[in-house]
Amino acid sequence: MKKLYTVLAVALLASMILAACGSPATPAPTEVPATTAPETAAPATVAPTETPKFKVGEVTDLGGVDDKSFNASGWAGMQKAMADLGVDGKYLESKQQSDYAKNIQQFVDEKTNLIVTVGFLLGVDTATAAKANPETKFAIVDYSYPDCFGTSVEGKDCGSATEIPNVLGLTFQTDQAAFLAGYAAAASTKTGKVGTFGGINIPPVTIFMKGFQAGVEYYNTQKKASVQVLGWDSAKADGLFTGNFDSTDDGRKFAESLMQEGADIIMPVAGPVGLGSAAVCKETGKCKIVGVDTDWTVSAAEYKDVILTSVMKNINVAVYNAIKAAQDGSFKGGVYLSTLANGGVGLATVNGASAELTAELDQVKADIISGKITIAP
Amino acid sequence: MTNKEINKAAEKAKPEQEEKHGKTGFVDNMVVPVLAVVTGLIIGGIVIAITNDTAVAAWGNFFQNPGAAFKASWDAVLTGYGALFSGSLGKPADMIAGIQNYFATGDSKLILKAFYPITESLVTATPYIFAGLAVALGFKGGLFNIGAEGQFYIGALASAYVGYSIVGLPWFVHLPLAILAGAVAGGIWGAIPGYLKAKTGAHEVVNTIMMNWIAFRLSDWLLSGPMKSSGFRPVTPNIEATAELPRFFPDPLRFNWGFPLALAVAALVYWFLFKTTLGFEIRAVGANPDAAKYSGISVVRNIVLVMTLSGALAGLAGAAQVLGTDHWVGQGFSAGYGFDSIALALLGKSNPIGVVLAALLFGVLRSGATSMQSLAGIPIHIISIIQGLVIIFVAAPVIIRGIYRIRIGSSDETVLTRGWGK
Repeated sequence: MKKLYTVLAVALLASMILAACGSPATPAPTEVPATTAPETAAPATVAPTETPKFKVGEVTDLGGVDDKSFNASGWAGMQKAMADLGVDGKYLESKQQSDYAKNIQQFVDEKTNLIVTVGFLLGVDTATAAKANPETKFAIVDYSYPDCFGTSVEGKDCGSATEIPNVLGLTFQTDQAAFLAGYAAAASTKTGKVGTFGGINIPPVTIFMKGFQAGVEYYNTQKKASVQVLGWDSAKADGLFTGNFDSTDDGRKFAESLMQEGADIIMPVAGPVGLGSAAVCKETGKCKIVGVDTDWTVSAAEYKDVILTSVMKNINVAVYNAIKAAQDGSFKGGVYLSTLANGGVGLATVNGASAELTAELDQVKADIISGKITIAP
Repeated sequence: MTNKEINKAAEKAKPEQEEKHGKTGFVDNMVVPVLAVVTGLIIGGIVIAITNDTAVAAWGNFFQNPGAAFKASWDAVLTGYGALFSGSLGKPADMIAGIQNYFATGDSKLILKAFYPITESLVTATPYIFAGLAVALGFKGGLFNIGAEGQFYIGALASAYVGYSIVGLPWFVHLPLAILAGAVAGGIWGAIPGYLKAKTGAHEVVNTIMMNWIAFRLSDWLLSGPMKSSGFRPVTPNIEATAELPRFFPDPLRFNWGFPLALAVAALVYWFLFKTTLGFEIRAVGANPDAAKYSGISVVRNIVLVMTLSGALAGLAGAAQVLGTDHWVGQGFSAGYGFDSIALALLGKSNPIGVVLAALLFGVLRSGATSMQSLAGIPIHIISIIQGLVIIFVAAPVIIRGIYRIRIGSSDETVLTRGWGK
């Protein structure tokens, strides 16, 4: 028995050393084993003669690829592209700030054709890498260039003072969809008060709240109603913020205090924090939730009874379209704005809506698309 | 007890002691950690093999084709560790080609690319060295500093603040000032639980954990308020060029003076612990506070001193990271350097030399994880598994002794930290 241990240990030790030393001599296999059909049980060595696939890589921010939010949505778009367009997709998760530049560099070194970076925290590193590697294409979620204003120093405080020809910024006109949500909420409230709160006071968050308030106000003028919005005031550009995107406990507290002030419909714009609010609504039965980013009746199905509707930010669609454009050669740098018109943002089904409300929402949506209704930025 | 006996007890921590038990010391300090790493890698390899889809499918057909099953598993492990080590150490062939190309054409592009992986490993190792030293120093003084993560944040924020807010200083004033700010801020963050422990007996484990949370929430507030840069991103402004730890090579290589600085500080800590009276007192308090007290060493002063120095070292880790690598601080600045460093200090047996070696290992593993994830499709979390396994084996050397049939029993167990109360 002792011998067996020793032999096993030595054999495995030798294998490790071989594994470490052996690989530099031969080029490392570039195929991800998981992409080969498992039935054949063949080793994952694919003949290098076949035409190289179009390579796409996603660099996540700190949430990781299964954050049920931005990163997951971007990855969903990439998976669709892998299935439909036959591209070769990979992701690299960032665990800390210094990983951003490193992960981008890893994909550049692998000669990845399109690198998708997720989130504003990667704004500077993406621009720097894009300028150093003009032949590589980049798409960045929720960010765009130029992003230098005032005294910011290019490459340090901000990414670029000019548009970068090989970077496509994927931005979202979420206020259009939030406008519809505000209208629906105002039509559905029984207390005459609706509430909202955000994670941090930054534009990608507050654009939801602005649109929501504008939608409520539009309802008020149309119907001569006086529904109030708690938790956000566009005039002051300030409102209720948890200060983080992770504490479901804060989600509970904020929802409870909004309920105490009389709100019966709440839109939490703080990622998973909102799940805490949904839990409160489910327990008390006294409020409804407007979900954000994805359709919460699907992504948070356990709370679907208390979900009024969701403001959808279809990052997956934007990412898919960027990949498609990059593959067929129509990719151009600049900004791709997702709107109600191109389906990049939208409102999920309003649960329990009357036929009248549904028709009104369709009309409002058409008016926003046609430009008849404009939302102050 | 006579005075003589007490002195003898206090001297227990002296290095001479280790020489007496030469063989035991060697096994405990060198063989066990190395075997722990090897065993961790082996089990990590098994985890890679059993989580690989191709390999699992091949095992499903084991009875039809047993060879394929072994080969598939083997390939999975080979690909994974091949990517891990080529991504963290580089490929010798590329390095040689790069050097040849450089001398032939003067083009530095290939040579930089070839050495990028290994320099990245050193970049990752830099904060680990500082933070590992912080925890190790605490262990030597009999204190368990779990607060390195918080001290790391506070140090980084202080360094960043000095780095961006002061404009117009020459670098030889600005850079030392920024480094010092990190050390002082971390030191204060460590001194508070140290003082509470010394004066009131409040356990440092509890207090340093609490201080971590204060640091995290404080940094959230600072980043979205007082220290926020212009623009909407909740991050600090970039530090001035005069506060940056200079980099040795052009982009994208981030290798900078932080690493030599870390080695110098490690040497300094070694000298301090083993060659100075103060260092001896710290080790005496760590080995046996009662004996130290009766031989006239101020336990209170030493506890505060150890926690302050430990905090300062962790603060330096944050300073080196922000001044050398990142140049700005945002949310999620650290991926648990402070927590990993506890493991690291254990692996390095709380010895500065051991800490440096362990930090290099962690740097290699963490840095290579990127290319392992990309080239072999193995989640980066496997590295955490390997690190965890290594720590289990180091913390419970009996397992390693059992597996590898090392027959020497340990005569005296080193006390890393004291229990509750005294």
